[in-house]
Amino acid sequence: MKTHAFHRSRAEMLPERPAPITTTGVIGWLRTNLFSSYLSAALTLGSIAVLALIVPGLIEWAFIDATLTGEIGKDCPSEGACWAWLDQRITQFFYGFYPADAYWRVNICIALLVPALAYMLFDKLPYSRYGRWFSLAYPVIAAILLVGGLGLEVVRTDQFGGFMLNLIAGLVGIVLSLPIGILLALGRRSRMPIVRMFSVGFIEFIRGVPLITLLFVAIILLPLFLPPQVTLDQLIRVMIIITVFASAYMAEVIRGGLQAIPQGQYEAGQAMGLGYWQSMRLIILPQALKISIPGIVNTFIGLFKDTTLVIIIGLFDILGQARLLQTNPDWLGKVDYETFLLAALFFFVICFSMSRYSLNLEKRLDTTRR
Amino acid sequence: MSFKKIAGAVAVAGALVAAGAVPGQAATLDDVKAAGTLKCGINTGLPGFAYTDDAGNWTGFDVAYCRAMAAAVLGDANAISFVNLTGKTRFPALASGEIDVLSRNTTWTYSRDVDLGFTFVGVNYYDGQGFIGRTALGISSATELDGASVCIQTGTTTELNLADFFRVNGITYEPVPIETNAEARAAYEAERCDVYTTDASGLAATKTTFDDPSAHMVFPEIVSKEPLGPLVRQGDDQWADIARWTLNALITAEELGVTQANVEEMAAAAGDHPEINRMLGTEGSLGEMLGLDAQWAVRAIAAEGNYAEIFDRYIGPDSPLGLGRGLNALYTDGGILYSPPFR
Repeated sequence: MKTHAFHRSRAEMLPERPAPITTTGVIGWLRTNLFSSYLSAALTLGSIAVLALIVPGLIEWAFIDATLTGEIGKDCPSEGACWAWLDQRITQFFYGFYPADAYWRVNICIALLVPALAYMLFDKLPYSRYGRWFSLAYPVIAAILLVGGLGLEVVRTDQFGGFMLNLIAGLVGIVLSLPIGILLALGRRSRMPIVRMFSVGFIEFIRGVPLITLLFVAIILLPLFLPPQVTLDQLIRVMIIITVFASAYMAEVIRGGLQAIPQGQYEAGQAMGLGYWQSMRLIILPQALKISIPGIVNTFIGLFKDTTLVIIIGLFDILGQARLLQTNPDWLGKVDYETFLLAALFFFVICFSMSRYSLNLEKRLDTTRR
Repeated sequence: MSFKKIAGAVAVAGALVAAGAVPGQAATLDDVKAAGTLKCGINTGLPGFAYTDDAGNWTGFDVAYCRAMAAAVLGDANAISFVNLTGKTRFPALASGEIDVLSRNTTWTYSRDVDLGFTFVGVNYYDGQGFIGRTALGISSATELDGASVCIQTGTTTELNLADFFRVNGITYEPVPIETNAEARAAYEAERCDVYTTDASGLAATKTTFDDPSAHMVFPEIVSKEPLGPLVRQGDDQWADIARWTLNALITAEELGVTQANVEEMAAAAGDHPEINRMLGTEGSLGEMLGLDAQWAVRAIAAEGNYAEIFDRYIGPDSPLGLGRGLNALYTDGGILYSPPFR
């Protein structure tokens, strides 16, 4: 039933026309993203100028003028980068002083790490029921493979090194600091005074002291107080300190998430007749952790980079290996930037992946602001 | 309350406990033999003195001493667990018993010997602190450095000597403190400071790495005495003796012409040089007095050679550093290296 007639000047619709050329394609993209205003245009041109200044020189230094082969530093002329050490030293940059005939153990560990992480991080994978169990068992498998025992030759932890050491210390810290951080955050908001005071004291003390100080205490002071028979492995001491340190920060990040949850959610839990742990597990924490993801990953990345501090206890992570090559008389003064660049590259790959994964996770879990 | 005092108190307490448990003295030798490895404290990386080869093995002038000692005590130059120590961690590590001997280019000073409770067992390298600067500065002496910025490694005697030198000469400077040697060198190259100061051996090594060595000069002033040597904890004289005479054996071996190549042959039977015979155990019972077997010095020398061989290989003419012997020549060659006799 028509109620009123349309007044049209045309009898039929015009065909769709393409959008103006200034809003589509390359030009449109440039206009909206790079030249949307005078300020934006100026910044774009400025950035291009800076890049033009740096990048060609960097590429020329790192690749075009670079020396790839040679036995000692003197084989490298001074203009380009010197990569001649790579073929001799890359294994040390990755495995440290780990015995060469046992590299396969590290390789298997890393190969198994991929599915172990995948089953933890992504759903909708095949066989994920068994996969989860595998992920839980992975730390034990990895420890046996790396340290030895059960018929495998034992490798002392002071032989660990290179990027492998960063990965191990970082992963242990990441895996342990999240649950400890959650407990501390809950403890800090607890109504039980002892639990609350302990949590507050722990968090504030650890956050109030620089990491390097805690490491010195663990490495230097601890042996002075303990009887000589009691020895705690250096690497374990470091992993404990890094984990404890990251946990304190983690606790505060998660507390931020907890405080963002409206009171109504807590009350809803109580109204449903859920106990404290049930309502935390089913209602509060899933929301709080989701809010905290950027902060959590931020702490993870910080923790991962803090693993380079193991140099103070005389373990040679990838940065230590870089410094070590710089002090080799054969390479003295030739490889200062190249070795650090390689270490930076390794760190960038891992940290960037973590940051990408966190974005992915945020999108996947975003149920409210769609 | 300083580290030293805590360390001292704990060391005393530890000594009391040990004395109660084991009659006699705290025998590091027995501990080392029981452990089967010598825990040797070395640098975290210093060109020529402690660095790693392509296979990841520690090597260098300071490391060679560890190997000689492990060979003398345990019969195996590789029976060592190396503990890498920074300028800050080295003394607590030795005090707490984490290492048995420290061979980490450490300057023998009064307070370290007396107050910190260590025993220096000798000098394996006589060094002294100098300055390197650009010839473009247009000065020829370190006394003209008024107002200069100086790159310096922290936590070392270098830092203290620098302050002394500038105070004595009544001139001012601006310190640029830096944690490691490699970074200090890089900072100097990047012109973050006018001059760079460290031990003369380090300066010579550094100079060889510059693109244009002639643009830099080492000033003639040597502002300190830096006798570098190995040290052990005070209170175990037998262990200190072993450490001291291992070093002396290497020096005496050079003096008497005993080398890595000929030591086995010389030790096979008593020769006609009585001191060689005594040192290598073919005559007398010097090893027994030390609590070791007769062949201890043979193994120490066979590990990496005598003093001259070690010097030449790691820091001398056969190495990229190419340092001259200078003060570190034998007293018979115009240096001051002098070992007491094996008698």
